Amino acid sequence: MTVKTITMPQLGESVTEGTISQWLVQVGDVIEKYQPLVEVMTDKVNAEVPASFSGKITKLLVEEETTIDVGTPLCEIEVESMEPTVSNQPEMEHNHEEISSTKELNTMKNRYSPAVLKLASEHQIDLDSVQGTGMGGRITRKDINKHINQTKQEQKQKHVTETPTLNTSTIEKSTSLLADKEIPVTGMRKAIATNMVKSTSEIPHAWMMIEVDVTNLVRYRNEEKDHFKQSEGYNLSYFAFFLNAVAKALKKFPELNSSWANDKIIQHKDINLSIAVGNESELFVPVIKNVDEKSIKGIAKEIHVLAQKAKSGTLTHQDMEGGTFTVNNTGTFGSVQSMGVINYPQAAILQVESIVKRPVIIDDMFAARDMVNLCLSLDHRILDGVICGQFMSHVKAILENISGNTTPIY
Amino acid sequence: MPVVSYIEAIKTAMEEEMERDERVFVLGEDVGKRGGVFRATEGLYERFGAKRVIDTPLAESAIAGVGIGAAMYGMIPIAEMQFADFILPAVNQIISEAAKIRYRSNNDWTCPITIRAPYGGGVHGALYHSQSIEAIFANQPGLKIVMPSSPRDAKGLLKAAIRDPDPVLYFEHKKAYRLLKEEIDNNEEVIEIGKANLIQEGTDITVITYGLCVHYAKEAAKELAEEQGIEVNLLDLRTIYPLDQEAIINAVNKTGKVLLITEDNKEGSIISEVSAIIGEHCLFELDAPIKRLAGPNVPAMPYAPTLEKAFMVNQDKIKQAMLELALF
Repeated sequence: MTVKTITMPQLGESVTEGTISQWLVQVGDVIEKYQPLVEVMTDKVNAEVPASFSGKITKLLVEEETTIDVGTPLCEIEVESMEPTVSNQPEMEHNHEEISSTKELNTMKNRYSPAVLKLASEHQIDLDSVQGTGMGGRITRKDINKHINQTKQEQKQKHVTETPTLNTSTIEKSTSLLADKEIPVTGMRKAIATNMVKSTSEIPHAWMMIEVDVTNLVRYRNEEKDHFKQSEGYNLSYFAFFLNAVAKALKKFPELNSSWANDKIIQHKDINLSIAVGNESELFVPVIKNVDEKSIKGIAKEIHVLAQKAKSGTLTHQDMEGGTFTVNNTGTFGSVQSMGVINYPQAAILQVESIVKRPVIIDDMFAARDMVNLCLSLDHRILDGVICGQFMSHVKAILENISGNTTPIY
Repeated sequence: MPVVSYIEAIKTAMEEEMERDERVFVLGEDVGKRGGVFRATEGLYERFGAKRVIDTPLAESAIAGVGIGAAMYGMIPIAEMQFADFILPAVNQIISEAAKIRYRSNNDWTCPITIRAPYGGGVHGALYHSQSIEAIFANQPGLKIVMPSSPRDAKGLLKAAIRDPDPVLYFEHKKAYRLLKEEIDNNEEVIEIGKANLIQEGTDITVITYGLCVHYAKEAAKELAEEQGIEVNLLDLRTIYPLDQEAIINAVNKTGKVLLITEDNKEGSIISEVSAIIGEHCLFELDAPIKRLAGPNVPAMPYAPTLEKAFMVNQDKIKQAMLELALF
């Protein structure tokens, strides 16, 4: 038993395709040679395609109403007799052999084409020094052109490399001055350095700053902080409110809660905020997980715990894993503006600056308001100005409307 | 943009030209009521009437002769030969009369006739329905021969042929009729006769061909680019007589390796002349012997499918020849 295929025949001199209008047989039918199988419609004719063999239909390969090219298989028929199948495979292989064997002989090494000889004499090239990639090791015009370009480039490179070597040697000298202290770059410092270089060299950074009136927040927090400290034992920091606002805004704009993975952008479901915590010599970025699910108190508590751990050097690897967005409390040092380096591979970092009392004009009158700047650095591969602008103004709106009603502490 | 087949492009060109100029008319066997055996003139009879779409007797010499006479008298005929194979009875009219009228009459008379003829094989048409006969006319100054390779070219070149003040032979590949489709603007593009078209640029080898072979070469080049990174510089001659020498020379000089392709028998074909031009002008740029891929020197296209396949230039053969040349 062998299975044979019936293909779409050529139904006219200019016909290259046809539409199957109706099948005249079904799977399982036993058919005779020349029995019509299918009705085909073309630009020129409507015709029935007859069976080329007797046998049993095992498969219909084309559905009705589809248009197919001449030569496309139509159906499969199981036939009884065994006919030897003709294959032209050996002939093909033979051809390939011929090509490759002549190539191996290297007989063409010294046969030069007019183009090669012309180029060689124009550029005074010793043809023995050129590697041929053509048939039989022949030097092709492309080989010569490549050779010429290479020599040009090598000459250029020589010019370029000479100057910088002088520079590095002077630096080496200056580093060995006696009074200077040499600090070996190891461990955490090295990791920070590597990460920062990676971030700044790979990520196209863009920056944005927004000014927020947090007078309400300051008032609210001042009302609550003493009581809070008494009952909970740690500070009710401003930072907790900022993290809360950022988490809410990230929920609304998940584009910023994502990371770069070369061929794709991964948008994270969990909102895990990395917060920068430093001591004298080191910088840590522990993570508060699922910030959007936590109350102000919960956030404040985690900030407190992580800061303690950082001070005592007991942060674990787990504490620093899984961050999806970073908020940096640069305001601690009195900074009012900064340009953060993105915590690779996150999409953005937000810097919360100092809250400063400043005169502000409201309804044409001067008022003393508590103002803060929020600075965003963004990965411009992932994000654009529009979405970040919307994100920032949403953060601003949340912060400016903070009160006991909108943002309960517990 | 609408997707238009090669044959629809031809029909549209005729329709638009007949619309544009009342002097344009069509004549040939079965072109009227029947709309042509390939349907190239479908609907023209209904639209323009029996006086402008004329069914002729089975006499190619008369089709050409009537057309030539009408052209000399100020009409613009489009004469259809049902198959290019049948043009031979009209050769005397075309070569001795149409091609020479301007010269013979010292510019007093011209013959703005277009003669359309479907050529080429691979359609199971056997010897009288498969020939490429362009070479017969390609050494007759006074004639122009165009052979379009795509629907867009089919339309633009036919319009140019109809508007040309001298006789133009327009050979259309019958296999291309419904095989080739592309989007064409509804514009009035007229493609200049006498200029070749650089289809794609490449640095490894140059391929020069015309007609349906351009399509095969394009497909083969695409495969080679993907599989082997070989970049093909592909020139479509468009007008095969007179040849665009400048374009040929530039295309060859770009790579120094050239493959010439025709579906016609190899000896004395159009690409033989192209080869001579290259030999005369490009010796010091050549990096490989000029390679020709053509039909074998056999009297006619065989009928048996296996032999027809062996005779015809196709995508696989072109790809193999391109690869050999690239590796040389």
